[in-house]
Amino acid sequence: MAETGNTFADEGAEKTFRAGLARGEFNIQQCGNCKKHVFYPRTLCTHCGSPNLVWKKAAGTGTVYSTSIERYKPEAGGDKNIAVVQLDEGPRMLTRITDIAPADVKIGMKVTAHIGEADGIKLIYFRQA
Amino acid sequence: MAHPLRGQTAVVGVGLTKFGDLPGKTHLELLAEASHAALQDAGLKLTDVDGLFVSSMGRVFHPLQVAEYLGVKPSAIDGTNVGGSAFVNAIQHAAMALHTGVCNVALIAYGSSNRSDRKSGTRGPGGNPNAGVMYQSEYKPMLPVGAYALVANRYIHEYGLTRDQLSSVPVSFRKWAQLNPRAEMRGPLSLEDVAKARPICDPFTLFDCCLVSDAGAALVMTRADRARHLKQKPVYMLGIGSGTSHDQISQLANFTVTACAMSGPRAFAMASLKPSDVDVVEFYDAFSINPILFIEDLGFVKKGEGGAFFASGAAAPGGRLPVNTNGGGLSCVHPGMYGMFVSIEAVEQLRGETGARQVEGAEVALANGNGGLLSNQSTAIFGTAATLGASARTTKRAAPKKTAKKVAKKSAKKAPKKAAKKAAKKASKKAAKKVVKKTAKKAVKKPANKAKRRS
Repeated sequence: MAETGNTFADEGAEKTFRAGLARGEFNIQQCGNCKKHVFYPRTLCTHCGSPNLVWKKAAGTGTVYSTSIERYKPEAGGDKNIAVVQLDEGPRMLTRITDIAPADVKIGMKVTAHIGEADGIKLIYFRQA
Repeated sequence: MAHPLRGQTAVVGVGLTKFGDLPGKTHLELLAEASHAALQDAGLKLTDVDGLFVSSMGRVFHPLQVAEYLGVKPSAIDGTNVGGSAFVNAIQHAAMALHTGVCNVALIAYGSSNRSDRKSGTRGPGGNPNAGVMYQSEYKPMLPVGAYALVANRYIHEYGLTRDQLSSVPVSFRKWAQLNPRAEMRGPLSLEDVAKARPICDPFTLFDCCLVSDAGAALVMTRADRARHLKQKPVYMLGIGSGTSHDQISQLANFTVTACAMSGPRAFAMASLKPSDVDVVEFYDAFSINPILFIEDLGFVKKGEGGAFFASGAAAPGGRLPVNTNGGGLSCVHPGMYGMFVSIEAVEQLRGETGARQVEGAEVALANGNGGLLSNQSTAIFGTAATLGASARTTKRAAPKKTAKKVAKKSAKKAPKKAAKKAAKKASKKAAKKVVKKTAKKAVKKPANKAKRRS
């Protein structure tokens, strides 16, 4: 049999990413084999299967790939934006675009990341660049 | 050479409960009622069942619970949950288990008290299948509708789909529902009604979103040799394909292409058929964008032409390719995991038992289940006895052109069986036949401009 041995660090990608977020860092993995980027944090490269995923600082810039308006009653907080952003590194992520009216978020809009918090969990949001 | 599973198994019984508000019953009771109906339909007994294929958004141990509840001791048991398509996906598993003799009578069954549970606030564990998905649920998106809305808006951005084209999907299916006495929503519905309904998540309004129902449904499968000696006209499983693209919506590689682009070719290859051979189509229409994506990704129309296809009335009663002849999840029934109902309507159409909504002479039906957030697509192609033998259609409605027929006939007379099949396949491949589609018997009343709210 093959053993994982020292191929994998004791701390998994999930913990590493969350620890970075807690320090105010948005980090992303790049495959040391095929050089493509991966997000959300993984153990194996989703493009080539390699375990050689290397952390690097994300550029924090991207483009709105799609967007929608969740319709809530005013007493429930009113309309909310929900979006999928394509990071300049390639991967996409679900997020919300902040500091803008939901209807003003457009596909193709350039955005930059910032770290926010919801229910005690640090999350990555975006605002118009 | 024909795929080893093509035509080797058949649906021999189907069963449905009442649809809608059934507050007096649990999901297991609905499952058991539908199972009883399906077995009666087949002329089989519960004690004949040795293959159990179920899926649920309730307990993780649902298959064990159902086996115990029904008192069956299956030699093949499966509870794969890939979302609402699970019951179409299960046809693949059941066909393999039957064909290899691991089981002999497969029961695929579902029961849901989704509507009543929501009303009474007793939605069980697993009621929200999208809870706890890191990098998605943490943002508390409005799911599942939000994921489909993001896909719809990207599609609109790339292909310029109009509000009326999108609205034509629910309007088209409502016309079918009006021909189906079982359908929950049978009132008139216009393009304007859809556009002006309460917005849910852009671009979707209330009528772009499926129903929430209580219902049970079941189907029974056996090997083809046994099917021929049972009560009903067997409906043969000609092809089945499964495709999986993602779990959380951000990970779908291209928002305008679903896993039907994988499941469809797999199913058609197994069936040795092509989209133009299909007489009737049943889609899991959780949201109005789904059928537009599926009709394209399964190869019925080109990418970007799905909206125009539905707007033209092609899918409605009297159209050239009937889609969702029961009214679909948008107008007929939708208990949370609608996958079972696409297969059942396909089977009933091929048995010629659907009354006013019957697609006359239907011999090949395609049922496509959608699961998760467009995550899994499972495509099943069913056929009547007329579709067996040759690996493509040779029947009246879909007759290949003369040359194909002649070649097939000639070889059938002189050559051994195998060679005849080969010749028929080759010939019918050449014959680009165009089927003249039938019309539903009853004319559909023009929808009025009155908005009708869902209960």
